[in-house]
Amino acid sequence: MCGERDRREFYYGGTALSRPVGTDWSAEWDDYLHLRENPAGRSRELWYHETGCTAWLVVERDTVTHEIHGVRLAAGGRS
Amino acid sequence: MRLGQGGLIDRDAPVSFRFDGHVYSGFRGDTLASALMANGIRVVGRSFKYHRPRGIFSAGSEEPNALVTLGRGAGQEPNARATMVEIHEGLEARAQNCWPSAQWDVMEVNDLFAPFLGAGFYYKTFMWPKKFWEKVYEPAIRRAAGMGSLSGEHNGDLYEKAYAHCDLLVIGAGPAGLMAALVAAEAGADVILADEDALPGGRLNGERMEVGGQSAQGWAAETVARLEAMPNVRVMRRTTVTGVYDQGSFGAVERVGGHLDRRPEGLPLECFWRIAAKRAVLAAGAIERPVAFGRNDRPGVMLASAVRTYVNRYGVAPGRRVAVFGNNDDAHRTAADLLAAGVHVAALIDARPEARCDLSVPFYPGAVVSSVSGRMGVEAVRVETGAGTQRIGADCLAVSGGWNPNVHLTCHLNGRPVWDDGIASFVPAAGAVPGLIPAGAAKGIFATSGCLADGARAAGEALQALGIATGTVEMPEAEDAAYSLRPVWHVPGKGRAWLDLQNDVTVKDVKAAAQENFRSVEHMKRFTTQGMAPDQGKTSNIAALAVLADATGRGIPQTGTTTYRPPYSPVAIAAMGAGAQGAGFAPQRKTTSHAASVAMGAPMIEAGLWYRPSYFPAPGEETWRQSCDREVGWVRNAVGVSDVSTLGKIDIQGPDAGAFLDFVYTGTFSTLKPGRVRYGMMLREDGHVMDDGTTACLAPDHYLMTTTTAAAGLVMRHLEFVAQVLKPEYDVQMVSVTEQWAQFAVAGPKSRELLDGLLDAPLEPAAWPFMACGDVSVMGVAARLFRISFSGEHAYEIAVPARYGESLFRELVARAEGLGGGAYGMEALNVMRLEKGLLTHAELHGRTTGFDLGMTGMMSSKKDYIGRAAATREGLLDSERERLVGLKPVGAVKQLTAGAHLFAEDAEPVRENDEGYVTSVGYSPTLGHFIALGFLKGGPDRYGERVRFVDHLRGIDTICEVCPPCFFDPEGERVRG
Repeated sequence: MCGERDRREFYYGGTALSRPVGTDWSAEWDDYLHLRENPAGRSRELWYHETGCTAWLVVERDTVTHEIHGVRLAAGGRS
Repeated sequence: MRLGQGGLIDRDAPVSFRFDGHVYSGFRGDTLASALMANGIRVVGRSFKYHRPRGIFSAGSEEPNALVTLGRGAGQEPNARATMVEIHEGLEARAQNCWPSAQWDVMEVNDLFAPFLGAGFYYKTFMWPKKFWEKVYEPAIRRAAGMGSLSGEHNGDLYEKAYAHCDLLVIGAGPAGLMAALVAAEAGADVILADEDALPGGRLNGERMEVGGQSAQGWAAETVARLEAMPNVRVMRRTTVTGVYDQGSFGAVERVGGHLDRRPEGLPLECFWRIAAKRAVLAAGAIERPVAFGRNDRPGVMLASAVRTYVNRYGVAPGRRVAVFGNNDDAHRTAADLLAAGVHVAALIDARPEARCDLSVPFYPGAVVSSVSGRMGVEAVRVETGAGTQRIGADCLAVSGGWNPNVHLTCHLNGRPVWDDGIASFVPAAGAVPGLIPAGAAKGIFATSGCLADGARAAGEALQALGIATGTVEMPEAEDAAYSLRPVWHVPGKGRAWLDLQNDVTVKDVKAAAQENFRSVEHMKRFTTQGMAPDQGKTSNIAALAVLADATGRGIPQTGTTTYRPPYSPVAIAAMGAGAQGAGFAPQRKTTSHAASVAMGAPMIEAGLWYRPSYFPAPGEETWRQSCDREVGWVRNAVGVSDVSTLGKIDIQGPDAGAFLDFVYTGTFSTLKPGRVRYGMMLREDGHVMDDGTTACLAPDHYLMTTTTAAAGLVMRHLEFVAQVLKPEYDVQMVSVTEQWAQFAVAGPKSRELLDGLLDAPLEPAAWPFMACGDVSVMGVAARLFRISFSGEHAYEIAVPARYGESLFRELVARAEGLGGGAYGMEALNVMRLEKGLLTHAELHGRTTGFDLGMTGMMSSKKDYIGRAAATREGLLDSERERLVGLKPVGAVKQLTAGAHLFAEDAEPVRENDEGYVTSVGYSPTLGHFIALGFLKGGPDRYGERVRFVDHLRGIDTICEVCPPCFFDPEGERVRG
């Protein structure tokens, strides 16, 4: 998507999650903020091409081999 | 003893060097180890724990004993392996871990206490009393036991870092590596061939054999020359590939200049390479392993392959009467090479009963060495034959227990090697590192012809994966002996039997670990320190595993190996951090007024990557406080000028820009009219404050946000996150314009007067109330003006395109001086914001909420925003939380310090009674005393109370009164005036 770029151009943004709806504190918010799976294997993550094109990316990465299985723009069709 | 002839040394080029203060002579091509051996030096250092005399053990980077310190002064380099140090004019080396010398070492007394100093002795002996550990035991142990040391001074030596890319990286230039490089290079691939030796060739340089119809050394030299002549090949000598990282990246350290007689100016000592390779061939060879027997650490006990290397490559005899002990054919090869060089072979002891010998030497099949005798070096070996015990006089014992493939790099990505019964050692697991193909001895193939063929095969595999057609390369003829060995790990005998020479770990220690139930190999390692030293147990780990397996009644494969981690061999931190010392550590960002500020004598201080003036000293001022107080007075009474360009500036546009700001700020911005500015606070999603600043509405759907200097990057990333990830449906775009605009604060009662004289049209007071903004023209240049204030005074910030920044700054300062003011720096800026109780990242330190800061009024209840849900959590709204307050000293003016803690007035100042802490402190010349901001339990509920202010570190203990955070003009009359 961004071409072959140096890893150091990217910022790791953590697991890709959906932000809960609602302005009141709830168990769902607690999950969103505090609870994470820790998979040994495929993981859907957010990465920010900070010193490149500034796109936030959803990257499917294997946490064991660091292999990248897929990349798409977090914004979807928009870039 | 130097042999009369032979070797790859230049006997016409003598080189003198110093070791332990004495001058010795060797030849070009010698290592420090071979040259010391040629000079008859047997003891080259003392052991880590017991201070036992130690001699040269190997001829390569695996050396456990011969560690020396190179050079003197700031850049002295400890733990250099004498076997890897090329001698050169001016070389100065010292033995380590001994005093006064390696020969006579006072601490040798430790060896007498050995029964008490076994594995685990620290943990058991120095348990009590607890506080003695840090102050008494540890420093004493560290002094007595250890490796070399750094100078403790700043090392001014030059190191470098570099990047390289290739189709194929070949690691190791022995027979497999050379052949792999040749096949790939002839096919047209871009090849890097890296070898840690100064002379590529690997074992070929140390053996007496023929390859391709000529000497092995000759074939290696010819092949290297052929490779070096090819434009698509880079041969990197003295380059150790130290680590394997993701996606075909490798770390490597090249010894660039340390071996030269005279290092040219600008040539680094070492270079740390990052190599990105599409494919790699691991041809790192194998390391011979010793056998553990009684007193096997005595100088003179050496690896058999090292003995051959010293004889064949360096023309040095490691002894006058050499005994050879092995469990494989390499023992015979060693005896044959010694005989050929004219060295007396006292005995050939082969553990294999079925072995035959065709050499005319005393031969002991089916026999083992159980111990050696001699204190400063081997004097005799004790041989156990089927018929009994025999003592054989010898001053050197060459030992071969077989070979361990160098699997290290295949394990750096969490791969585990697999046990191979055929060679009684571990070999790389298939596919352990994607794209890394092990070949030759690193894979467990030990015959030379097998290595050559396997190198070619590995290159072919790599080329196929790269889609490069393989040409034909002729295979040279070479020896093809079968590898037959009978595993022998430990022979019980008189005296302790060493496994890890570098860390002084014996067979008994490993058995003790098993007895203490440290049965896992990782636990055994920690208990005994086996394999922990700089050599990481290269010559000892497998044997230690075998002993542990035996002691725990398991097989070696079930016992498993410890984890192999980078670096393969030690790398100087200076090499990895090359270029990052001093000013190279971080980029320097300078404002447009930088040169002018420096010219005015302002000391510059760091603010993130930026440099900002601390204060502008006037003639006669001796302390920064005098300057700061004067500058505050200028702003409070006349007008001051300060560069505020370092604040982050983010231009935000689009039909949904207002809604977007409403979502990232706690307050509402969509209602902000063009030409107006609003202060905003943004939270993290966890409800804590991330940053604050002002946002101006420049035009419909067009905003300019400012962030604090420190958080500019963080906020930009956050805004992009919100726009792209959380709210992709919003039509909003943003870009950082921090560097495009130079912006200056013009603050003080005379600020309008200054601007009226400068702007192309005077300011209409009614059109410019507090928090107004708009376009102005300054000397014909389009500029932006904001009526905002960080000082509490009537103030403006004027922004021009950065190219006009320097001249505008000079102009503003000149005009301010004309009005009885001038430039002010960060110190004055900080004092004035403190007087006003305004916040910086001292207060917005990541653990404070809007509630803590008294900002709940700014947190809208009419809309969703980042952090809203989390900020409503009960615990974040507890009135007993530590909340923002002002503090002023009670009684005589006393020094206050940031970082102090707050206690009830009558409470003992201990942690249990802690009620808060102080974040910012300054001396207010306006009020005539110190003022502080801090966080106190109960916060605003305690205005008027007295608290105890204690800075344990600086010894300050005083009483303060709690007050509102705004100390000056709380009604804000001046700022609106």
